[in-house]
Amino acid sequence: MSRNTWFELLRTGVAIAAALTIGFVVTSLVSESPVEAFGYFLKGPFTSIRRFGSFLEAAVPLTFTGLAVSLVFSAGQFNMGAEGQFFIGAVAATAAGVFLDLPPVIHTIVCLAAGMIAGAIGGFIPGVLKARWNASELVASLMLNYVFLKLGMYLITYHLRDPSAGALVSLPLKESSWLPQFTRTTKLHAGIFVMFLVVFLCYYFLYRTSRGYEARMTGQNLSFARYSGIPVLKVILLIQVLGGAVAGLGGAVEMLGIYRRFQWQASPGYGFDGVIIAILARNNPLLVPLAAVFLAYLRVGADVMAMYADVSAEMVSIIQAVIILLVTAEAFLAGYRHRLTLKEVKQRASAS
Amino acid sequence: MGAQTQARATDPILLMKGITKVYPNGLVANSNVTFEVRKGEIHALVGENGAGKTTLMKVLFGLEKPDEGSIFIRGEEVKISSPNDAIRYGVGMVHQHFMLAPSLTVAENIVLGAEPRRGIWFDRRRAEQMCRELGEKYGLQVDPAARISDVPVGIRQRVEILKALMRGSDILVLDEPTAVLTPQETEELFEALKSLKEMGHTIIFISHKLREVKELSDRVTVLRSGRVIGTRNTDQVTVEEISRMMVGRDVVLRPMRPKAPAGPGEVKLLVNKLNLVRDGTHVLKDVSLQVRAGEILGVAGVEGNGQVELVEVITGLSPCDSGEVWVCGQDATGKSPGEIRDMGLSHIPQDRMIFGVASNASISENLISNRYNKAPVSNGFSLNLKAISRLSQELIGKFDIKTSSAQQAVGTLSGGNIQKVVIAREFSTGPQVIIANQPTRGIDIGATESVHKYLVEATESGTAVLLICADLNEVMSLSNRLIVMYEGQVVAYFDEVEGLTEEEIGLYMLGLKRQEPDQVTASMMGRPVE
Amino acid sequence: MHPLLKAVFSASFAASILRVTTPILFASLGAVVADLSGVVNIALEGMMLISALMGVIASAFTGSAWVGFLAGVASGILVGLVLGYFHLKLRTNVILAGIALNLLAAQGTVFVLYAVAHDKGVSSSLPSKVMPEVQLPIIKDIPVLGAIIGKQNILTYLSLIAVVVVYLFLYKTSFGLRLRAVGENPDAADSVGISVHKVRFIALAISGALAGMGGVHLSMGYVSWFSRNMTSGRGYIALAAKALGRNHPIGAFLASLLFGVTDALSNYMQSLRVPGEFVQMIPYVVTLVVLAVYSGRQLKWGRFSNE
Repeated sequence: MSRNTWFELLRTGVAIAAALTIGFVVTSLVSESPVEAFGYFLKGPFTSIRRFGSFLEAAVPLTFTGLAVSLVFSAGQFNMGAEGQFFIGAVAATAAGVFLDLPPVIHTIVCLAAGMIAGAIGGFIPGVLKARWNASELVASLMLNYVFLKLGMYLITYHLRDPSAGALVSLPLKESSWLPQFTRTTKLHAGIFVMFLVVFLCYYFLYRTSRGYEARMTGQNLSFARYSGIPVLKVILLIQVLGGAVAGLGGAVEMLGIYRRFQWQASPGYGFDGVIIAILARNNPLLVPLAAVFLAYLRVGADVMAMYADVSAEMVSIIQAVIILLVTAEAFLAGYRHRLTLKEVKQRASAS
Repeated sequence: MGAQTQARATDPILLMKGITKVYPNGLVANSNVTFEVRKGEIHALVGENGAGKTTLMKVLFGLEKPDEGSIFIRGEEVKISSPNDAIRYGVGMVHQHFMLAPSLTVAENIVLGAEPRRGIWFDRRRAEQMCRELGEKYGLQVDPAARISDVPVGIRQRVEILKALMRGSDILVLDEPTAVLTPQETEELFEALKSLKEMGHTIIFISHKLREVKELSDRVTVLRSGRVIGTRNTDQVTVEEISRMMVGRDVVLRPMRPKAPAGPGEVKLLVNKLNLVRDGTHVLKDVSLQVRAGEILGVAGVEGNGQVELVEVITGLSPCDSGEVWVCGQDATGKSPGEIRDMGLSHIPQDRMIFGVASNASISENLISNRYNKAPVSNGFSLNLKAISRLSQELIGKFDIKTSSAQQAVGTLSGGNIQKVVIAREFSTGPQVIIANQPTRGIDIGATESVHKYLVEATESGTAVLLICADLNEVMSLSNRLIVMYEGQVVAYFDEVEGLTEEEIGLYMLGLKRQEPDQVTASMMGRPVE
Repeated sequence: MHPLLKAVFSASFAASILRVTTPILFASLGAVVADLSGVVNIALEGMMLISALMGVIASAFTGSAWVGFLAGVASGILVGLVLGYFHLKLRTNVILAGIALNLLAAQGTVFVLYAVAHDKGVSSSLPSKVMPEVQLPIIKDIPVLGAIIGKQNILTYLSLIAVVVVYLFLYKTSFGLRLRAVGENPDAADSVGISVHKVRFIALAISGALAGMGGVHLSMGYVSWFSRNMTSGRGYIALAAKALGRNHPIGAFLASLLFGVTDALSNYMQSLRVPGEFVQMIPYVVTLVVLAVYSGRQLKWGRFSNE
């Protein structure tokens, strides 16, 4: 393992430890029994099979948004749109699942494709605004999140709503569209295979194909990419569309595997968690599932804590924010790295 | 009294003792450097690129923190941890890249950090008056109300010097000040520096142009690979001796241009009446040229006279307003960089860290950037890792890139080795046309020699080379034919470089002399261009 | 006349534009100050949200709207300094640091709201105060104009004054000169002994203070309570307004007004029988369209300019 990899691991570890410490301090400020509350948080995901299952389930959508953000980050673009793409992908899959009448496997595939296309459109818009008009993809994708949230809620409310249900939920998806669940105790479902397939495809695309090479070089140094003859605008557009498709697919998988009827009133926040995951995974698709598992652990732990203790689940946002801030802080522990380098150089000098 | 003055004159005004600086990537820029400057002298600090001159001065100016060592100014130990400290101790610096805000005026730039004010308000009138007074005092006139972006390079440098003087600097550091100047501007600068010396200022002059060092300085200190090789009185040492100290061997820059092709070779690169207007200035004006197989066409000229734009238009990095570019008989006008590369063009860019490489990517990844979608590196869809690895090993060996592995990040290599990566990539696709823009800038003599060798070798197999170079000596020793650019125009064309003098070309570079435009085109193109 | 058109051409509609423009205007001025110093402040959204909540809490506990105002401004400044610390001292990518702070603000405010008011939605259980409305003497009696700017929340007037103050600050003071120099060429500023970090810290603090005023207007001027995510993207819209206004305070003012018009329009249309979701989309869609139209320069495939 190179010195650099080791150092990055160390830095991530220290950042997570620091974040958890701060999380505990904040917990102590609001809780009567902070140790107990924090115990629920840390041990929560392991306290029952159902919770362990829900912890793994939560890693699935997070992996999709993490991959979506990683793809786009790899090309040096900002993608804040995974949130809206995931949401609209779920809505599109719901529509396809409710309205279409198709044989089992085919129906599932069509629903997944619907989610992907919706998400891809969500990536195409900021992509084309950037590539054609040089408009900030950052602001564009953030605006689009709101547009998709409102558009999705409009479709659910006016066209997909289940009038017999008390709450604002969609009609149930036809069973032919479902991704099968493995057991009764947990909701773990066949979408996990789709997930692993997409993890592999994303990795293959980025590191083993010419297009992926184009994307990574565009991200590394845009001027260099242009000079080398890489069509950077096409690359930027392509990567935004791919990122959108992956996020949209994630939303579809979530609908077909877990909910089977649309019941969100607000965006579930997986897109922004995707940013954290991409940062932790250093945009490497193979590391994304690991980072997603970690984030899912935080989410489920926080839910368990909120259920059994007097601390609300939003505490976890503090931990997440500190992790982003410290992991991406170049100067964090840089002094330590410099001392290491200095020592090494001196050793080399005295040896020669 | 006399003895006292004598003693004071040789007193070190500045002593840097045992300075060691290691960069985070492990590069040892200064190793136990001790550097002493006397009051009232012009002290040249010379060394090859990467010898550690700039780092040493950054340490003095508080821009880099040394890992070891101490600094004494006027006999007292000082701690300089920011430019503010340096300024307080009377150290002023004129950086290689000007430290100016282009949209602010000359006056605003000069007073920045010590603005005259009324209450909280900036006193513009007073600032402009201060600049005029200062300029008159030191004989460095400037127009205080002009925007920096509107004034020429020589004036910008003057603004930099005034900036330092306004802050009461009596130790003035100039980092390669003549690199961007015309010979005439250089002359003016030297006059100004000499008169500053007479007024009692101490000047540290960083350079690798030994003739200038010889002309200007009282003493010279030579750095090599981060260490001090020695300090000499300039009048007691020859240029050859200094050069030996710098590189450890004799350097002779002899003509090495390719043998002129027997008959007129095929035209590989044709540029016809290019025009480009940028921000209201005509940066390219009816530029025409042609380069034939097997020859090097040199482009001489002071930087900023349209060379960069010419290269950008030829290589497809920027559009032109009118005119055409043909590469190997194919119309390349307005095509994308990728399409033009496919016609057989390679490009060594001027700024290798911005255009030449992706510094965090590996050597392998940098080597394939112009063939990542072509066999054998790729089958059009996926990459062939084995072929990439084979290609990398081959190029690393052939172009003598010093590295432990092809997976090493390019940014961790030395400047010369990074340039070798660029050269290896650009020369190994069998290009028909090579655009080499300042290919030896900022690399050591050893690497420079290899670059020259590769350029000449390429022409032997029929490649046409367009060489843009601000170093007149270099461009003259390499080119078969030569053009001179001034203010976006080709002002002179020489069919034969042998027998030309630098002085003569200098006249064209400065716009003091020009050939008739029609005559230039006609004699270069062999026929009037319609 | 169509009821919508009638509404649009009324003085009360014009007055409501100013009202809804206020928070965006504050934030876009904050964006201009940060941007000219060379920092993209994407944390405006989070700053506004935190200030909105802190203003409500402080005013509820002290019974003074002004204390609430100060608390809101102070928390904006604090977030600015935190962003500065991570960006400048620890060299965190400023966009990612901004995202982290926005995430923290979005959920952290709910966390604090729950801890203080035992409610995760709105703060209506807190007896928070509202910033006073002001009637301008003379001007209020001028027909039409009086109806538009004669009577507004004090923060609306403050935001208009802020446009002038920020302009004078940036272009007429010596600190403003330094700030612009730092933004344009930090090395140049550094080489004459100006501390780039200090200038940017101050710029971020000012940016935070302005965003803070915008946040306070949301929870103590616009309405009289805090609700979760009540900024709903105004901080991001302010970034678009900054870009549209070409990084100039006056330009940012005009751009904010444009967004104010769409915001006010969507409020009016909600009273008609258009599905609410569509109406609520308007400001975001307009921002998207404006981004595209304004950026204007159509790029060609294969070409890309970084200017």
